[in-house]
Order: sequence, then C-alpha cells, then structure tokens
Amino acid sequence: MDMTGAQALVRSLEEQGVEVVFGLPGGTILPTYDPLLSSSLRHILVRHEQGAGHAAEGYAWATGKPGVCMATSGPGATNLVTALSDAYMDSVPMVAVTGQVGTKMIGTDAFQEADITGITLPITKHNEIVTEVERIPAAVAEAFHIATTGRPGPVLIDVPKDIQQGRGDVSWPATMDLPGYKVPGPPSGEAIAAAAALLRQARRPVLYVGGGVIKSNSHEELLRLAELAQAPVVTTLMARGAFPDSHRLALGMPGMHGTYPAVAALQEADLLVALGSRFDDRVTGSLPHFAPHARIVHADIDPAEIGKNRQPDVAILGDLRATLVGLTASLDAEIAEAGPLDTRDWLATVNNWKRQFPLRYSQADGGPLKPQYVVERLSALTGGNAIVVAGVGQHQMHASQHYSFTKPRSWINSGGAGTMGFAVPAAMGAQVGRPGELVVAIDGDGCFQMTAQELATCAIEGLPIKVLIFNNGFLGMVRQWQELFYDERYSQVELGQAIPDYVKLAEAYGCYGLRCDSADQVDEVLEKALAATDVPAVVDFRVHDREGVFPMVPAGQPNDQIVLGPEFSADEQRAAARRTVLQTKR
Amino acid sequence: MTTHTLSVLVENKPGVLSHVAGLFSRRAFNIASLAVGPTSDEKVSRITIVVDGDTTPVEQVMKQLDKLVRVLKVVELYRGTAVERELALIKVHAEPGHRGQLLEVVQVFGATVVDMSPSTLILEAVSSPGKLDALLAMLDSYGTSEIVRTGRIALGRGPAAITDQHRAGEQAAGEQRADEQPAA
Repeated sequence: MDMTGAQALVRSLEEQGVEVVFGLPGGTILPTYDPLLSSSLRHILVRHEQGAGHAAEGYAWATGKPGVCMATSGPGATNLVTALSDAYMDSVPMVAVTGQVGTKMIGTDAFQEADITGITLPITKHNEIVTEVERIPAAVAEAFHIATTGRPGPVLIDVPKDIQQGRGDVSWPATMDLPGYKVPGPPSGEAIAAAAALLRQARRPVLYVGGGVIKSNSHEELLRLAELAQAPVVTTLMARGAFPDSHRLALGMPGMHGTYPAVAALQEADLLVALGSRFDDRVTGSLPHFAPHARIVHADIDPAEIGKNRQPDVAILGDLRATLVGLTASLDAEIAEAGPLDTRDWLATVNNWKRQFPLRYSQADGGPLKPQYVVERLSALTGGNAIVVAGVGQHQMHASQHYSFTKPRSWINSGGAGTMGFAVPAAMGAQVGRPGELVVAIDGDGCFQMTAQELATCAIEGLPIKVLIFNNGFLGMVRQWQELFYDERYSQVELGQAIPDYVKLAEAYGCYGLRCDSADQVDEVLEKALAATDVPAVVDFRVHDREGVFPMVPAGQPNDQIVLGPEFSADEQRAAARRTVLQTKR
Repeated sequence: MTTHTLSVLVENKPGVLSHVAGLFSRRAFNIASLAVGPTSDEKVSRITIVVDGDTTPVEQVMKQLDKLVRVLKVVELYRGTAVERELALIKVHAEPGHRGQLLEVVQVFGATVVDMSPSTLILEAVSSPGKLDALLAMLDSYGTSEIVRTGRIALGRGPAAITDQHRAGEQAAGEQRADEQPAA
C-alpha cells in the first residue's frame, strides 16, 4: 500500500507488537511523531534521551520483550549512546530508532547531523541507515529479529528525514533477508552427554550461572538440574534472581564483591558448569588463577564466548533451556545407571564456609545508618518480591549482596558497562512494563544526580517507582578504592550530603519526599514510601560515609586474595585464606 | 610475524567494510592486510584479511566476524591448500650503469617493467607474499622510491569452493599453517 515512510515506520512498530516507545522528538524525527499521535503505541516523553535508552532497557529486563526508544538526529541520537553501550554489554534486547538529516544533506555537516551508525557500530549488535521507503518494513522486522534472537542485544535504525517524508509502496508481513545472520541450533546431544558424564564424576561441582539463564527463561530448568546434581549454585551480578537465594544450594554472588562461599567454591571446584556466563574479569579476578582445579563445561548461545577467556573441556552451543533440559535428562540416566552423585562432603564444606564467613556488617543502635541494613529491611518488608533496580557503585553491590532474591527479572542493574545513572530511568521502564508491581530503585547519590530528571516523567506518567537514595555524600566506590589503593588520598570524590536537598527536589518533581538517618526509623520510612501508589517516592537515606563493600578481591588479583573486610578478625581472615576442603573418599 | 589468511564473504551492502574493519579496532585485533572486491555473485563481496597471529587470537577473530550480520562466511586458508598472491608496483632507481643487472633480477622473479624513465623503472610483480618480500629485499640495494601493494588474496586449491566448504578452521586444523613454510 502507498504511504509515507513515517507511517510505514509507525505501522512496522505496531506490527512488531510494540506497546510503548520511550523518546523525545526533534527536527529530523518530526515526520514520524505525526502518525505516532494516532497510533496504538504509547509514547513516553522523557526528559533526556539517555533516559529513553535506559527506560527501554529496564522495560526489556523486566518483561523479556524488546525495549524501544526513539530520538532525533545529532545530539538526540548521541544521547542514546550510553544506553546502547550498556544494552550491548548486558545483552539487552532493544531497538533504537533515530532520525537523520535528509539523504542529500548527509556528509555536509548539516545542522544536527551525526554519523550515528558509525558511532554506534561497536556498541550495537547491528545497525542500519535506511535509504528507501520500501525497505522500512523489512528493516524494522530484521531489527527486532536480531535484537531478540540468539544472544540478545541493541539494534539501531537510522532513518533520514526525506525517507520518512517520502512515499512508497509497502506491505506486511515484511520479508526479512538476513543470509548472514546465524542463530545456533539445538545443542549437540553428544556435548550434553559429555557434560553429564563430567558432572556425574565430579566431586566438587559448581553451577556458575550467568544472565543467560534469565534471558532464556530457564530458571525452573536450572532448579531441577541443581537439585538433581546436588551442586551448589553461584549467581553472577547478571543472574541474581535466577536461583532463589534462600535455597540451601545457593551460595550467592561470585566475583570481586562476591560472598566468600561463592568465591571459594569456584576456586576449589573440580568442575564448573558455566551456564550463560562469560568468565568476566569481575568474576574471575586474575584469569590464570581462577578455578585452578576445575574442568569446565561452558554452555552459551554465543559461539564467540566459548573459549574467549577460558578454554572449556566441553562446550555446549545453543539455547540454554534446551541445554538444561537435556543435561538434566542425561544426568538422570547416568544416575539410574551408576547411582546418585555424592556431593555430601562438598556441600558440608561450602556450608561450613557459609557459617564461618557470611556477609557481615554491624548496625549499632544509635550509630550511623548502614546501607546494608536498609537493603535487609527492604528485603524483609517486601518478602523478596520487589523489582529492585540499581545504578553502579557501592549501593549496587550492597543491594545485590543483601537483598534476598526469590525470582528472575526482579533484579535490574548495569552490569558490564557499569553505567552510573542507570537506576531511575531503568526503574521507570520496568514500571511501565510491569504496572501494579512494586519497583524499587536503590541508587547512590552520585548516580541519582545523573538522571534524576526522569522523576518528572514518572510523576506525570503516573509511574509510582520508589527511589531509595543511599546518600553518603561521596562517589563511594571511588572513595573506597582511594582508601585502599591510593593511600587514603581522596581526590574529587566528595559530593556532600546536603546539596541538593533530595526531599525538596523530590517534591519539586511532584514526588513524595522522605528522609531517614537512623536505623530505628528505617521500617517506618520504608513502609511510607512503599505505600505511595499515586506518585513516585524518593527517600534520602543518610548513610554512613565510610562504609565499604566487602568481601573484596582487589582488581586483577587472584580470587584467593579475597579480603573479608573490617568486620572479620585477623584470625578469621587467616582461616579464610587457609580454608580446608573436606576430603572425599572415593 | 605469524599470519593467518581469512577469506570472508560478505553481503555487498553499504557499511559492510566499516563493520568488518570496525570489529578489528573494537576488539584490538591487528590486520596485516585487507583486500576487498566483487565476486561472481553481485550481491556478495569477498574480503581477504591477513591477521597478525602473534598478537591476535585467530579463532576469536573468526567467531566475532561470523557474528556480524552482513558476514556470510568466514574461512581460514592455509598455504599448503591454497594459492596466495599479492600484486605490487615498485618504483626503483635504475641508473644506466645498474640497469642491466636490475633487469636480470626482474626476470628471475618473473616481474615485468611497466614504466621507464631515465633514472627509474616501475615494476609490476604478482607473486606469493614470500617471493614478493624476497624481490623487495633484492631491490633494496638499488633504492626504491615508492611501493604499493594490494594486500594478499587467496583461493583454496582444488574443486571445492568457499561456498561449499565447511569451516576450514575446523577441517584443516592440524594442517601446516601458511607461514610455517619457507618462502616459495
């Protein structure tokens, strides 16, 4: 049918089942904003395009569906760059649509011209500048297909203004033409059998679970495998919630700020079954010293992850859910033949570690408020049922460590990219995707000030997110590194707790503003904030400015150098370093 | 330098070369040479990339290339089972006293003279990379003022075509690498 490129673009988004677009119009995307007005799409007008990008990410994390954002050319498009990079690092399915100057103006340094496909080349799974009206339906269909299949990721479509304005003959359903796009098929039965055999023989197995378990919606299959294998489970920062923290096989998060049991279990394991995880440096520490005794089974949908950082003994390429189902069945058959795995000594060992070296902090009566205490109370008051969103830094680690996650898609954060300012707009996107559910952003004062303007969007759009600012007046994680590694020389990290006045700021944005600076008020303030359902609520938690995040493996060090922190005695630290593994009798 | 020769079939669409080249900078892979041109299918271009194997994990390069949406196929070619050629144009000083000697060198290496001036010659040489290096070494003593090389191109020997080959990296594992052989 004959229509304009703009109409074709909007119709293509509708054809993809898009419900909501986060965006902000401008010169070169104006033609598309006109048919948008009369479409079925809900558009959420953000205050900054970065907010649109992170909101699309938050929506995708929370729902599993691709998030969509839209911006104009030049600065509008470049403001999406941080969010695209973030989505690329964390494999978040997302489609960004940008306006571009007219095709005849491209290359002339026209007003608001930026080579956004060039700029985003290394941070998108794919991008394309569309130069024909007739190409629009296929370009959009391909973008969604690429963003959501295989290892998900962001795709950008750049549409010059004259292509939006021009007319063409377009039709649906669109025919995709992607001869070079390869999505791995079902996992190999041979590889699965080999992995099951290794698992059957293992005495000290660990399931090393990454974000792929959540993305493939295979948490139930994971639970079955873990219980059948009687293997302890570590969930990376990207996988928090993939396995219930309350489960007796759960060891929590591994890595730089992981729990001692999770870190030690990886170091002592004789078999790691890596499930949708990528041996990231924040997990492995010094790579040559990581899990030195372990054989590796690596299951992933992305062939390039296999062998990138650690060479596996068995590689399983393909959909993780199919892998987990196959692995469980195969292991079940092995057990029927050779009897169950005996991991009792191993579980006794890790349980000892759990008892001896738990996450520890101290909240003194009348003493300074500890961020960990606030997270623990939030966890208790919400029964682990909130959708928790974090930015990047100390508050993020405290949230990941101390919130007891019960289900997938209840933890949303910036993992790989480490994007400060992620939390407020991502929480907004999550709330749009899951209306009626409790969405709580835990944010640092540094992070919060980077994207706080989206509170206006939330207030106007009726998105009652809760924002808990852990206000320590510092760029806390940077301060912690300066304390530990730069001789306590604090360079440019003090923000001050008083400016801005977060309560007044919240009120100015039409939100409910609260403040809390002592432990005995935490429950009352949290309850008030959580009860606000009409407008967003912002709580200024004045937390202790010297509190660090522990345990900690200093960057690039072997994981065996894990520092338990000031809450542990020198004797305990020595005991942790000389840990013993119960010997398994064969 | 240890090198690997990769043949990459790509869709002939705008921006494809920048996707491929961009991947190398993004992943800090080092390219020794890159040559691109059309194939018998107008929708498909063929890029021959020579990768520095000392600094770059070639398996990762192939996997990452394979992930690019516009890349159709990635195959590693080995000297033992492929023909490799490179074209060079060389402007060499040819004073009258040295010219006869120089032409002898040209003949031995199967190069041709394509331009002549009172003090210089332009030579055209098409050969395997090793032989070309040997020629350039010989010409060094006469003094070369300008050199342009196309970068390596390569085709697998025998009836099999890249389009029906399986991943050569897997197939040919264990075969001798191109660079481990002496210059032809």
